[in-house]
Amino acid sequence: MPERVIKRFSLQQAIPNGLCTWQARVENDCWRVLGLQADEDLSKLPGGPILVPLAVWKARRGELVARGEPVGVWLKPDDEPQDLAADFEWLAQVAVHFPKFGDGRGFSIGALLRGRLGYRGELRAFGDIGRDHLFFLARCGFDTFRLADHRDPGDALAAFNDFSLRYQGSVDDPTPLFRRRGAVGAPQ
Amino acid sequence: MYRYDAYDHALVAERVAQFRDQTRRFLAGSLTEDEFRPLRLRNGLYIQRHAPMLRIAIPYGILASRQLRSLAGITRRYDRGYGHFSTRQNLQLNWPKLEDVPEILAELATVEMHAIQTSGNCVRNITTDHFAGVAPDEIVDTRALAEILRQWSTFHPEFSWLPRKFKIALSGSAADRTAVLLHDIGLQVRRDAAGEVGMRVIVGGGMGRTPMIGHVIREFLPWRHMLTYVESILRVYNRYGRRDNIWKARIKILVKSLGPEAFRREVDEDWDAHAAQSPSIITDEEFARVSAHFAAPAYEKLDFIDGQYLHTLADNRPFAKWAERNVHPHRVPGYAAVTLSLKKTGVPPGDITAEQMERVADLAERYSFGELRVSHEQNLVLADVKKRDLFELWQAAKSLGLATPNVGLLTNIVCCPGGDFCSLANAKSIPIAEAIQRRFDDLDYLHDIGELDLNISGCMNSCGHHHIGHIGILGVDKQGSEWYQVSIGGRQGSDAALGEVIGPSFAAHDMPDVVSTLIDTYLDLRHEDELFVDTVHRVGIAPFKQRVYADAREVAHA
Repeated sequence: MPERVIKRFSLQQAIPNGLCTWQARVENDCWRVLGLQADEDLSKLPGGPILVPLAVWKARRGELVARGEPVGVWLKPDDEPQDLAADFEWLAQVAVHFPKFGDGRGFSIGALLRGRLGYRGELRAFGDIGRDHLFFLARCGFDTFRLADHRDPGDALAAFNDFSLRYQGSVDDPTPLFRRRGAVGAPQ
Repeated sequence: MYRYDAYDHALVAERVAQFRDQTRRFLAGSLTEDEFRPLRLRNGLYIQRHAPMLRIAIPYGILASRQLRSLAGITRRYDRGYGHFSTRQNLQLNWPKLEDVPEILAELATVEMHAIQTSGNCVRNITTDHFAGVAPDEIVDTRALAEILRQWSTFHPEFSWLPRKFKIALSGSAADRTAVLLHDIGLQVRRDAAGEVGMRVIVGGGMGRTPMIGHVIREFLPWRHMLTYVESILRVYNRYGRRDNIWKARIKILVKSLGPEAFRREVDEDWDAHAAQSPSIITDEEFARVSAHFAAPAYEKLDFIDGQYLHTLADNRPFAKWAERNVHPHRVPGYAAVTLSLKKTGVPPGDITAEQMERVADLAERYSFGELRVSHEQNLVLADVKKRDLFELWQAAKSLGLATPNVGLLTNIVCCPGGDFCSLANAKSIPIAEAIQRRFDDLDYLHDIGELDLNISGCMNSCGHHHIGHIGILGVDKQGSEWYQVSIGGRQGSDAALGEVIGPSFAAHDMPDVVSTLIDTYLDLRHEDELFVDTVHRVGIAPFKQRVYADAREVAHA
């Protein structure tokens, strides 16, 4: 059964005054997060795109790729994103789990995957996240979002417009405001 | 001081709109109490005993007269006509209504103020020396660096959901007035032999339930790398700090469990991976842009000695007492910095009325270029007063009840709001402060006792910084009643020390006697000009303990 997922479209090129906008919409998608064991019988996996735990991916990569369906890895907040660095070409998606509303470890995982490790594919946040996480998640490089079940993704779309500016650099735009300020925004 | 440009205004306005919408969603029921809590905390809003409490940010403690007037108006319209300055140089309102808070934030925005990140598990208000820019012992003026760090930490996308709150202080003087060793990160700004500015980086200090002195993890970080290095520290903390136990979630616990050396290696590994090419390396242009906001005001050329001031000092003993305690040296000849004491007996420490705020705003305009500072000891400072104006200023301050000559003395009590207001507190703190102030109301005696920091916290969260009080008092709850644990020998500054608990806790009504006995013991033991805290360090706590517990007094048994 398809799930409703928020998809954010890539940031429009930052325009000279530093203002930038995102666009987002709700889409149906069929990715399934599987909580498998490393010795699982993979012949019984459901069809369609699946996300598997890091340990399962590391142990059974060949079999998972041989399925011939899209496969991705979902990371727990204490997983080491570096462990995936050599495998990006095989992965149709990397997803990061947010087990609690206040657990911010995944923000650093996103920033590391995108910034330091150079991951370019789809990066999803899922778990106990809501509207008020989305702007910062997007800044850390996440582009799809599966909110907690009781939260309506449609209501959350406006979050991407919460701020038109950012003081500091991050994945979305590594250039901090101060490097533009001299050129355009002289103090008033 | 720093003035907003169009960018700063836009960001704060967008924050107000965001919070207005969050409040609307909460009141409409689409955000649960649990979901709204961390969001409102990021705007300084607590739900307290009697009403919400709103903590308004005063970045590194600097305020303009027009801002203080606006705060006065806000306390009149939305609160009960007074506010409370905290040990983090912020202002707290005790009685706002939840539904008014978006309006209050909108009003604050018009005078370039906000309540951003004054609570919650994020980077809090950056603090620095309340004498920054004017202290004679200053090596580097830290205000521009503090503002650059404030902007960097504001809405940081990666570090807004940390394991726990995160406090950063900068100190740029020989003497430390910021408790730099007792912060999650302390940056001791200095110069190397070539005159280059850099900073000693200290991590893992803190008070709270598990007080610790911080560890130096880098001796000299070039100033341009302040942001890249703090980023690496925060990344290590965000990823590896404990999240399973709120009492073990501060960075100090991580530093302790890894060991400072292993922690440093983690940080350096991250830093080596990104710092060299980082766009976050601070540019000379940005440093110059921000520094220009803190350019020295138009000082008059004056003699170092003001004859009239000296005459008045000789003629007027109360004025001389005040000048001795509340007037501080200034790097510019003929000028002084002045503390307006918010520690008058009978008034909760740090409290100020709307009328006082307005009059202080006038005084700052008249005598100190329209600017003032909040000290972490919960007083106000006029940083640039001509010595020749001191007598006039003293008279005005006296008429406002802000001239208690007790800075650095026992009655300059640092005190949290405690059980009267705060829902976290185990015990009341304000009435204890008042009872002690009443006991020591003889000014000559107070001056004879000499410099003494007395700090009171109503619970382990240590908002009253009791660990670094020469005498520290901590409210504790034992079987549902309020008791007070006493420690001595704590100290702030570059030789900071944590106080040692003297023994079982006391009942509230005994606290003035306990403090008196501690003081009597000190007066018997002290060498000539020795301070209380130095006597404690010389002789140890045993003689104090013996005297205090010699009297038959009810104590709490754990």
